[in-house]
Amino acid sequence: MIEVIDMALLVIMVATALGFVFIRNLFAIVMLSGIFSLTAAVLYVVMDAVDVAFTEAAVGAGIATVLGIVALSLTGETNEAPSQRSHIGPFLVVMLTGVILINATFDMPRFGDPEAPINKHVAPRYIEKSGEEIGVPNIVTSVLASYRGYDTLGETTVIFTAACGVLALLGRRRRAKPGAGARGAESDR
Amino acid sequence: MIGKSILRITVKLLIPAIMLFALYVQFHGDYGPGGGFQAGVIFASAFIVYGLLFGTHRARRVVAPGIIRICLAFGVLLYAGVGVAGILLGGQYLDYNVLAHDPVHGQHLGILLIEFGVGTTVAAAMITIYLTFAGHDRPLDEEG
Repeated sequence: MIEVIDMALLVIMVATALGFVFIRNLFAIVMLSGIFSLTAAVLYVVMDAVDVAFTEAAVGAGIATVLGIVALSLTGETNEAPSQRSHIGPFLVVMLTGVILINATFDMPRFGDPEAPINKHVAPRYIEKSGEEIGVPNIVTSVLASYRGYDTLGETTVIFTAACGVLALLGRRRRAKPGAGARGAESDR
Repeated sequence: MIGKSILRITVKLLIPAIMLFALYVQFHGDYGPGGGFQAGVIFASAFIVYGLLFGTHRARRVVAPGIIRICLAFGVLLYAGVGVAGILLGGQYLDYNVLAHDPVHGQHLGILLIEFGVGTTVAAAMITIYLTFAGHDRPLDEEG
């Protein structure tokens, strides 16, 4: 049964990815990217990674879609028509990369394999000791916030830096045109 | 404008529920899926949905951009500050065991504080990015 759900979700994701390639309307593409993220979130739930699924649904399907729509209000909705040049070179590069990546997956352990390196290294210690060391029922939280506190600090700094970058690039220009505020107030009716 | 009134009233009713759910996700992260990251995004989405339907200028009036920028820095500083507090209390950087008399209580306190820091920064970052993007053009509701 779980294989059927997996296959259905993966088919939806492939179909969405094909949609990215063929659709020219950028609004539809933003919506498709939301659908892609939500399908990925469902896939993570099937794999029992609820914390990751939660983040994917909130960030990928929620915020990213909204920011995409807001960006469209700045740029316009249709992509320019594709050029008529030959695409053989890029196509070959993409195919070659894909073949290499698929080939690499044959060396990976099976999903959920107890002998896989990821399940042999530090994971058993987290599972056995986090109850008495941290005392938090959700092991994901104790790994993220305590055992891997440096990583999470780095991630938070990345988010902070991203917001600073957006402010530095786009935040200043608003003061240059004072008419924007008045126009905004007009639409308040 | 008339066509939007149903949407606006529904969203107005939903916004407190969204914020409450964000706080639940924030402080329930120890027991179930969730934590500062997700909570921050959900909290920000309450502001963003308000901005989308009522215009960014009104969203700006709810929280001044200056306060959001202070929150943006405050979250990271709180996280890093918890690490420094660990050093001052005789432990290592980001060692929560020394924050309270009992190591497990210290871990609880440390996780609570740093998750709060993460949530504050993520929420402020998302609101900042949205307001900066959207502030460049007319609010979406003008397009009808």
